Amino acid sequence: MAKRIDVSGLTAYYGSHRAIDDISMTVEPRSVTAFIGPSGCGKSTFLRTLNRMHEVTPGGRVEGKVLLDDENLYGANVDPVAVRRTVGMVFQRPNPFPTMSIFDNVAAGLRLNGKVRKSELAEVVEKSLKGANLWNEVKDRLNKPGSGLSGGQQQRLCIARAIAVEPDVLLMDEPCSALDPISTLAIEDLIGELKERFTIVIVTHNMQQAARVSDRTAFFNLAAVGQPGKLIEIDETERIFANPSVQATEDYISGRFG
Amino acid sequence: MASTTSIDTPPPPRAPQAEPPSASTSTGRAGDKIFSGLSKGSGILLLVIMASIAGFLAYRAAIAISKDEGNFLTTFDWNPSASPPVFGIAVLLFGTVVSSIIAMVIAVPIAVGIALFISHYAPRRLAAPVAYVVDLLAAVPSIIYGIWGALVLVPYLDGLNSWLDQYFAWTYIFDQTQPGVARNMLTVGILLAIMILPIVTSVSREVFLQVPRMNEEAALALGATRWEVIRLSVLPFGRSGVISASMLGLGRALGETMAVATVLSPNYLISLHLLDPGGGTFAQNIAAKFDEADEFGRDALIASGLVLFVLTLLVNGAARLIIARRKEYSGANA
Repeated sequence: MAKRIDVSGLTAYYGSHRAIDDISMTVEPRSVTAFIGPSGCGKSTFLRTLNRMHEVTPGGRVEGKVLLDDENLYGANVDPVAVRRTVGMVFQRPNPFPTMSIFDNVAAGLRLNGKVRKSELAEVVEKSLKGANLWNEVKDRLNKPGSGLSGGQQQRLCIARAIAVEPDVLLMDEPCSALDPISTLAIEDLIGELKERFTIVIVTHNMQQAARVSDRTAFFNLAAVGQPGKLIEIDETERIFANPSVQATEDYISGRFG
Repeated sequence: MASTTSIDTPPPPRAPQAEPPSASTSTGRAGDKIFSGLSKGSGILLLVIMASIAGFLAYRAAIAISKDEGNFLTTFDWNPSASPPVFGIAVLLFGTVVSSIIAMVIAVPIAVGIALFISHYAPRRLAAPVAYVVDLLAAVPSIIYGIWGALVLVPYLDGLNSWLDQYFAWTYIFDQTQPGVARNMLTVGILLAIMILPIVTSVSREVFLQVPRMNEEAALALGATRWEVIRLSVLPFGRSGVISASMLGLGRALGETMAVATVLSPNYLISLHLLDPGGGTFAQNIAAKFDEADEFGRDALIASGLVLFVLTLLVNGAARLIIARRKEYSGANA
């Protein structure tokens, strides 16, 4: 069930260093929102606050509110582990569990949720691998280790693993930056299909990619190195790329800096 | 003045002079050749040492075994000075294997637990001191362990023994059939477990710390608890490392001499009643008998040493097989 994300006044720290400052935005369900901006502007950090992964970094700490529909992820009684079961994440480098078979990789999240019946697992694994456009390539070797796949296949395996638990939101942290152009294209097509079912947030360094896959784009920037990153603007992707309302966005997009 | 300048700037003038003789044969510079020679020499030296030890053991063992009137593998007694000489390794092999197995069963789970605590549970302030104390255990000489075992552990374990005998006699192994203080296989196993704990712990800890961050985040992002992260990412990644750590510990347990010799009251009986006093191990038997043995007696002890040598080789070979078989799954993409 895709959910709306509502962020207000979010500030994240590494120890005493403020990485992002006072960010507020809304992400619509069943849409793709892209985060762009120069390195160090905090877009990945912000992404990781959306499933409470930021705080597993030593010194990581968050202030502010993230509402998923109406539930605050940072509420007093919210278990971060439960949050991560409803907000899936795909990382920059493909990270399947290296010792597990393809099947077990996709089933890992289901098993954590207590699903262990083999028939039920097999059904969801097939559905997830099909959903990640990987089924036809691996259906004959589900018992082989996931680490034997190509980089692009591994990344789609990680996407299958993330969507197998039917998350409310899917976060992607530069999912194509370690992949070749053909694999990148496969993932971008997949993102287009997945947004029918999930709320997707993607961090990317590739502005063409943001333009191709996203409905809305958020531009992050920082005043200087060591300063906290800020959200400059968020708008329809077409507007951001054609006619942004802030000069810094236009400068970044047209390649004048960053 | 001329001499000082040449010392101040040695590389340019000396390089052309130094190079021709070294480059005359084949590759590269003098440094390369010296280093490759040194490393090749070290490798060969290792093989020579191993071969000469094996040769020495085999030669002296052959002398002893050819004159043995008993069956060397199945005889319980150790009387090489009797006429005719009768001696065998049955008791020693049994005692060595059993005490080492007890040590492994006790030490490996505890060591893995400590290693996980240090690497994944303890706050940093606590992790470093705990790791240091564990490493410190490895610095205690084995004779100290022996004395501590004999003076502290044995009296303390007397109580444990009678408790085990009272409530767990039905397990057979904890059924004490011979009276006596706790100078038995169980005590030796416990002492060996303490002695191999540091090596197993520190090697496991190093492996657990090397688990790539992205492997752990993969589990975390799926909503894994701390224990589930360990089960999904840390233990699979560390498995072959824990196996090699255990084998290092097993190697030490198999060969441990002074501590066992100090704690055990040896006899030449085989009993799976672990609480019965007595038994013996290869190393303990050699240490106990070597001084009083005549020439032939020493050959006999060397023959038993050869068996220990082969046993250790087999253990290491088995460990390598296990690790190699897991290679496909060993996290090559990490």
